[in-house]
Amino acid sequence: MDEAADILDHRLHWRWALPALMLLLAFPLLASAADAEFYVTLASRILIFALAATSLNLILGFGGMVSFGHAAFMGVGAYAVAIAMQQGLGSAWVAWPLAMGVSALFALLIGAISLRTQGVYFIMITLAFAQMLYFLAISIKAYGGDDGLQMPARSAIGGGVDLTRDRDFYYVTLLLVVLSIYAVARLLNARFGHVLQAIRENETRMTAIGFPVYRYKLVAFTLAGAMAGLSGVLLANLGGFVSPSIMQWSQSGMLMVMAILGGVGYLYGGILGAVFFLLLEELLSHYTIHWQLGLGVVLLLVVLVAPNGLASLLKSRRIG
Amino acid sequence: MSLNHILLLEQALNGLQFGLMLFLLAAGLTLVFGIMDMINLAHGSLYMVGAYLIASITAATGNYWWGLLFGVMGAAAFGALLEVSVLRRFYQRDHLSQVLGTFAILLMCNEGVRLIWGSQPVALSTPESLSGPVQIFSGFYYASFSLFIIGVGLLVALLMYWVITRTRLGMQVRAGAANREMAMAMGVDVQKLFTMVFAAGAALCGVAGGMLGPVMAVQVGMGESILIVAFVVIVIGGIGSIRGAFLGALFVGIIDTAGRTFMPMLFAQLMSPEAAANAAPAVASVLIYLLMATVLFFKPRGLFPVHG
Repeated sequence: MDEAADILDHRLHWRWALPALMLLLAFPLLASAADAEFYVTLASRILIFALAATSLNLILGFGGMVSFGHAAFMGVGAYAVAIAMQQGLGSAWVAWPLAMGVSALFALLIGAISLRTQGVYFIMITLAFAQMLYFLAISIKAYGGDDGLQMPARSAIGGGVDLTRDRDFYYVTLLLVVLSIYAVARLLNARFGHVLQAIRENETRMTAIGFPVYRYKLVAFTLAGAMAGLSGVLLANLGGFVSPSIMQWSQSGMLMVMAILGGVGYLYGGILGAVFFLLLEELLSHYTIHWQLGLGVVLLLVVLVAPNGLASLLKSRRIG
Repeated sequence: MSLNHILLLEQALNGLQFGLMLFLLAAGLTLVFGIMDMINLAHGSLYMVGAYLIASITAATGNYWWGLLFGVMGAAAFGALLEVSVLRRFYQRDHLSQVLGTFAILLMCNEGVRLIWGSQPVALSTPESLSGPVQIFSGFYYASFSLFIIGVGLLVALLMYWVITRTRLGMQVRAGAANREMAMAMGVDVQKLFTMVFAAGAALCGVAGGMLGPVMAVQVGMGESILIVAFVVIVIGGIGSIRGAFLGALFVGIIDTAGRTFMPMLFAQLMSPEAAANAAPAVASVLIYLLMATVLFFKPRGLFPVHG
């Protein structure tokens, strides 16, 4: 591959990723050996947010679209799977793709309008749509309204996999995260990803060359919405509960903080950010009820010391 | 005068009151955004800190007016301190770093307030002299404190109009908002200007905190929900424009208040009372976001775009 394309490619970095994956695979066994089963659920939660932050990173880091309403798509996915369950549709093979499809549809509609604006106005209009969905979820009493919606059971997969077992749930989540990262890497290294990153670098030029910029951005926005929907599906299953607060603007802000913290435009940025943020939160909250103070200090230090996020610290030179 | 007219007048005044308070918050935000090109998520924290300072000074002195005076000064000092110590480092950075950095400050402010004052809301009541309703004309009573809020809001707006359009400082602020580099090249001491704008914005937040504190609750996190509305206001008005912030704030204040009052009535005609009671408040909350989306659809840079 020629060098010009190479700077837009994102390698999987097997040398680092494989040991990390091994560790993640062994984690439930280690946890049960240490009699700390609780941490398996925590790890599932972190993986779910890693997935959500990665989906945001796809549009934020590689497409230059600063969406401040990404939690809305997470919420749509979560509500879709919970409502499907309420209607008696418990099979993961049907309900999960369905929920992702619904999220993608919402992303398509919202993106189609929002992508007509730029910069700060794009940030605000995505926020506006997310707030609309948030208040919509509050107002529909049939789906729990303000109180939220209970999931009577976790989705069924079959084939000996029982999601109600925390360990099975963890492995399914891990599998989906790994597949998603792989898919994102393939997407970024393909022509589509190269065009998307080129649009981030210089939208005017890409328009002038003749690329349908708007369509490329909309497709990326929709894909990211579907991925966020999947994370919402998992989160609803994990907690057995969906409430409008999943779509609150602070949730969108948190996803953004995770992506920025990890490193926008780095393949593993979303994962790093989510892991760092949630582990720090967990750790600090053990020691003091005023853990947010410590979290704020650390975040401030990171943004001052590592302007491009944690992933940039791991690499001597920026790879795309 | 019929009951309907009285209701209408009352809601118009409520909307004006809310709108003017939004303007106090949005004015600082739009200037910081317009001049320094800085997204400041911690702006709501200044409002919170101001309200807390006013509440505790009022409690200590037993006098609301001392609380208001020193609280606003304290908020301004806090804002200036924040600008000089931390925020100054973020002007040259991209918007994403600013979001992360000011989010960190927001967390620290929230937790700092919780450390000092605790998690329970702090009491701040209206001053004795303004606690009752006044009769505006026969059959129409309105809370005197609400009238006071409207008066203060209008006074501050007028004062700002005078400063922005008639003084040298205001000229520099306008020049900075329209073209920062050019203003610097013409010899404006931007560093000092930035600190002053920031302190002024913080003082306005303090005033809003002192006005809204007795009406709403003085508690941790009070800044966040209203910050989002303030962002909506400045986007509708056009970032960097004080006039835009003023009209945007009045728009949002009146539409939001009207929605909350009249939506339930409208919905009650269309559906069962129970469904209306559930749906109407939520739909009313959506109105301002709909307004913003509509404005941006037709005027992608807000109603009064500043940058040329």
